Amino acid sequence: MIDTLDQRLLSAIQQGLPMSPRPYAELGAQIGLSESEVLARLTALKQDGLIKRLGVIVKHRQLGYRANAMVVWDIPDEQVQHIGQMISRLEFVNLCYRRPRHGATWPYNLFCMIHGKSKETVLQQLALLEQACHTQAFPKQVLFSRRCFKQRGAIYTKSEPATAHG
Amino acid sequence: MDDIDRNIINTLQHGFPVCDRPYLQAATELGLTEQELLDRLQALLDDGTLSRFGPLYHAELMGGALTLAAVKVPEHRFEEVTEIINAFPEIAHNYARNHELNMWFVIATETPEQLQQTIDAIEQHTGLTVFNMPKINEYFVGLKLEA
Repeated sequence: MIDTLDQRLLSAIQQGLPMSPRPYAELGAQIGLSESEVLARLTALKQDGLIKRLGVIVKHRQLGYRANAMVVWDIPDEQVQHIGQMISRLEFVNLCYRRPRHGATWPYNLFCMIHGKSKETVLQQLALLEQACHTQAFPKQVLFSRRCFKQRGAIYTKSEPATAHG
Repeated sequence: MDDIDRNIINTLQHGFPVCDRPYLQAATELGLTEQELLDRLQALLDDGTLSRFGPLYHAELMGGALTLAAVKVPEHRFEEVTEIINAFPEIAHNYARNHELNMWFVIATETPEQLQQTIDAIEQHTGLTVFNMPKINEYFVGLKLEA
């Protein structure tokens, strides 16, 4: 799927792009590629979706987003896709996933994350969401985070680049 | 952080050009000089507002594996279990949440097999059942926060 040169390129940019006028030329020089080869490979890696996004990666707590709620619903299987898609279109929803239920302890199958500057904002946004997506009738839980113990980019190759969490 | 910084963050969360002078191109769109943009990005990195300036990878396409998992930790064991779980390098995020399942973490490994091995090891070391909740479908990818 990706070759050794792609791997070297991905590992060269994992910690960040060089802060200089020709960052891709600089990266290329580190791994023995020309600037135009770096540009071509990065464009392909973006098109193939291996690079989801290139740009600023923010720390949400630093921007004042201190309230973070994981909202979960138990939605009938035949409706979950439709409702998940509706929820994901809302501007304030960061992530929306379908996940497996675990019996009576955990009957919920649809998860979304809402980050807000306060708990009140998050709850107001949730009320809007429920109205817009007609989820009021489904069993739901709102799990605010009490503490964040660890936040780092996920490590999943030997060269340790970072990913969004999933 | 002023309005210019906020504009930089909000604009560059959506993407950054892949061309020979990307900072120049982005700066022009933001109404800044190339050097101003470089200086401001460096300052935002230095003060910790930005965690990185670079790529966000797609873990599964890269061959890696990710899952969300939860455990029910008895209140009196909370610190101890936190230490055990966070000691695993495979743990990417770990949050305490207000539910009977009160500890939620993301596990990231190079292969799907290692994911299961990590879950088994956490169960062994903590004596707790790990509720594994890998995604079945993703309805959205971006993580964009207005500064």
